[in-house]
Amino acid sequence: MTAATAPATAVRRRSAFRRLLRDPQAVVTAGVLLIIVVLGLLAPVLASHSPDHASLDHIDAGVGTDGYPLGGDRSGRDIWARLLHSINTSTVSALIGSSIALVIGVTAGLVGGYYDRARSITEWVFSLVMTFPGLLLLIVLMPLTGGDFRVTMAIFGVLLSPGIYRIVRNQVVGVKKELFVDAARVSGLGDRRILARHVLFAVRGPVIIAAAFLCGSSIGVQSGLAFLGVGPATVPSFGAMISEGFHNLYVSPLQFVWPSLVLGALTSCLVLFGNALRDTLEGAKRKPAKIAAPKAGPASPASTAPPALLTVEDLTIAYPTPSGGLKEVVSGVNLTLAAGETLGLVGESGSGKTQTAFAALGVLPSEAVVTRGSIRLDGRELLGLSERELRKLRGKAIAYVPQEPMSNLDASFTVGAQLVEGLRAVSGISRGEAKERVLALLERVGIPDPQRTFGCYPHQISGGMAQRVLIAGAVAGRPKLLIADEPTTALDVTVQAEILDLLRDLQEELDMAVLLVTHDFGVVADVCARVAVMRTGEIVETGTAEKIFGGAEHDYTRMLLDSILDENTVRTDPPATAGRAFGKATA
Amino acid sequence: MLLYVLRRLGTGVVLAVLVTLITFLLLAPSFDGVVGNRLGPGATPEAVRALKAELGFDRPLLVQYLDWLAHAARGDFGTSLFTGEPVAHTILQRFGVTMSIVVVALGVTVVISVVLGVLAASRGGAVDRATQGVSLAGNLFPSLLLAIVLVYVFAVELEVLPATGFTPLSEDPLQWARSIAIPVAALVIAGIAGLTAQVRGTMIDELRKDYVRTLRTRGISTRSVVLRHALRNAAGPALTVLSFEFITMLGGALIIESIFAIAGFGGYAFESSLQGDVPAIMGVTVFAVLLVITVNLAVDLVNGWLNPKARIF
Repeated sequence: MTAATAPATAVRRRSAFRRLLRDPQAVVTAGVLLIIVVLGLLAPVLASHSPDHASLDHIDAGVGTDGYPLGGDRSGRDIWARLLHSINTSTVSALIGSSIALVIGVTAGLVGGYYDRARSITEWVFSLVMTFPGLLLLIVLMPLTGGDFRVTMAIFGVLLSPGIYRIVRNQVVGVKKELFVDAARVSGLGDRRILARHVLFAVRGPVIIAAAFLCGSSIGVQSGLAFLGVGPATVPSFGAMISEGFHNLYVSPLQFVWPSLVLGALTSCLVLFGNALRDTLEGAKRKPAKIAAPKAGPASPASTAPPALLTVEDLTIAYPTPSGGLKEVVSGVNLTLAAGETLGLVGESGSGKTQTAFAALGVLPSEAVVTRGSIRLDGRELLGLSERELRKLRGKAIAYVPQEPMSNLDASFTVGAQLVEGLRAVSGISRGEAKERVLALLERVGIPDPQRTFGCYPHQISGGMAQRVLIAGAVAGRPKLLIADEPTTALDVTVQAEILDLLRDLQEELDMAVLLVTHDFGVVADVCARVAVMRTGEIVETGTAEKIFGGAEHDYTRMLLDSILDENTVRTDPPATAGRAFGKATA
Repeated sequence: MLLYVLRRLGTGVVLAVLVTLITFLLLAPSFDGVVGNRLGPGATPEAVRALKAELGFDRPLLVQYLDWLAHAARGDFGTSLFTGEPVAHTILQRFGVTMSIVVVALGVTVVISVVLGVLAASRGGAVDRATQGVSLAGNLFPSLLLAIVLVYVFAVELEVLPATGFTPLSEDPLQWARSIAIPVAALVIAGIAGLTAQVRGTMIDELRKDYVRTLRTRGISTRSVVLRHALRNAAGPALTVLSFEFITMLGGALIIESIFAIAGFGGYAFESSLQGDVPAIMGVTVFAVLLVITVNLAVDLVNGWLNPKARIF
């Protein structure tokens, strides 16, 4: 498998590098960094004095003095020479700090991430390292380091390593579950080969990015310590120069400007370069081109058909694509739903049925664009209403039961608190009264011990219970229209039937209209009077349930009907073609 | 709950003992130098031996450490080798100064970061771009440079704030606020860079989650959905970043104290370690470690209160 993937990854890497070259931010910052580092390396050639050579004649000498291009400091040393040599101190600090952090962090991260048994040890060691109080430790250990910036930076590297460890460990735990690592293991590669070749390769991106930031913080900390006076005065450093310049601020302010400028350029270029790296390697989401949504309004004058509760006309929803265009996911959908009626909206995943439902509720994701069409509830246009106006309708006129019960409850609040808040939002009753009504509702939706469930957090109840809670929340405001988006898909088969019974009972009791979004014809047959079949964003067929089940006109409807499995069905098709023809995409 | 706190405190004590032991062992090679420092050059070998015996440096290292630990456990951190003052007393005094800067800076950082991060995530557009700009700007330069530029502008050029010194809060609240204004500002600018980005990122993730959509369909106000629900769920990761930022700020405060000639915790640590004042260094280490452990415990407790799933108690 290595042979097969190698050319592909090589191409990807080269193109990542090329993308980096095209990014002006990356090119400029890398260029500045390179110039600064080269200036430092050329220090012995470019400066005519050693950084420590003090000349009494040049104390606080001005800019442009012969042989002292940037003047002299208060000890009469050449500022230009000190500046260039300080660059080298910073470079060495960055290299020591970041490489020690990387070696320790990456090694421990690979081992701790890959071997579950080693992880408890590495976790513990790094929580110990993180207990050391950062910069203070570097000061406290001065008797040990003697203030030598190289030793200090080595210790700082150890202090930085937990950050790298966490990045690598998380990546490895993720990568380990992926198939290509399994494949490598099955094909007989040893753990060390797998770690070195496959896992390390996969985690390199975040590590490279982190390295840029490690260099920046090493340089910042080294100059901070030198500013405090840690270390021998003979080592030229931005921190020491800034400190001297700062004390000489009233005599010659320029003295502190020079080192500050170079230090600022160095750290800011590292951060900006790191950001550019992140955008390139991790493929920052490119911003879609802004497209003004055309004013949505009634597409055609109100028809003479009997007044419907919900009328959807020519609804078209599009999403921006990375290339800047728009891709339609719903195209010209027409639906009507009379009061008290149940309409099944059927189609496979990705056919646009959930998007249609969200549009009616006004909760499409912010990047979605309704390019044309109309949605009217009781004759009132919903498209173009403000969030505030929509809020007055939600819960009272139109309500929603979601597909996945667990992720649709707020994990941080008790079931009762969430229901009480929703009920009070639609009715404005007192807290105590709302609690009474919620308890009654919970009982109505078939929860055996409402009092207990009221005080439970979502993770303490089952999926079936959670779906009952969500239904209770949706019907709390006695809505005229309930939109249920695959309300039974995530549940066990036995629970599914109970939930459908509950929905049907509630519909009769409250005289609600129900728009039931589903891909399951069994559910449709159970509860729906009328059916609309949707495919790739369009309604292909609408009719009563009897008509659709009796003699569907459209091929796609027949195909969906045929795909229902029952005891009479014998599979005759060759395997896997259906999956390829209608690949699963998220709705 | 109580049991959980006790267990966490127990782990904290073990960590503190380990950290001080490691620090002690790392410092051990310098003990001879300390004796030399105190006696000055030209000390006779007899004098050196006598002082070593007096300070207890002639005993095995582990015995020395355990002896220190036994005293420290009773709150006795010894006296400075050079000033003769009790270590605990000096540290508490200096510590108040540093904390009054760090705690204020941390509070301001939290307020600004949450406001900016939430606005950026929920409004998007220009607010979002401005917030990302602020967050980047704070990242670009070390707080050392920020502090010096602020001093230059507000103290030297405009002369509206004092350039050096510290007035205790109990003496004159207004002067206190003025004396910490620039140090706090320097720490805050660096602090909000990291925290705002974190709050913005997690808020964007939270606002895209299913439960947010469902709450909206119930007619619940946007303010409640964003501030009561999404923010509470986004707070966990932000708090963890905050605990790292506390340590960073403590370090930043050490440098900033030096710029403003404020006699704080950092200055004491610096003087003590320059002289090799072992009891003072150990005292400083214990205090800092206990502080880090306390902050981490507090963060975990708040996290547990915010997120019922993380509640181990």
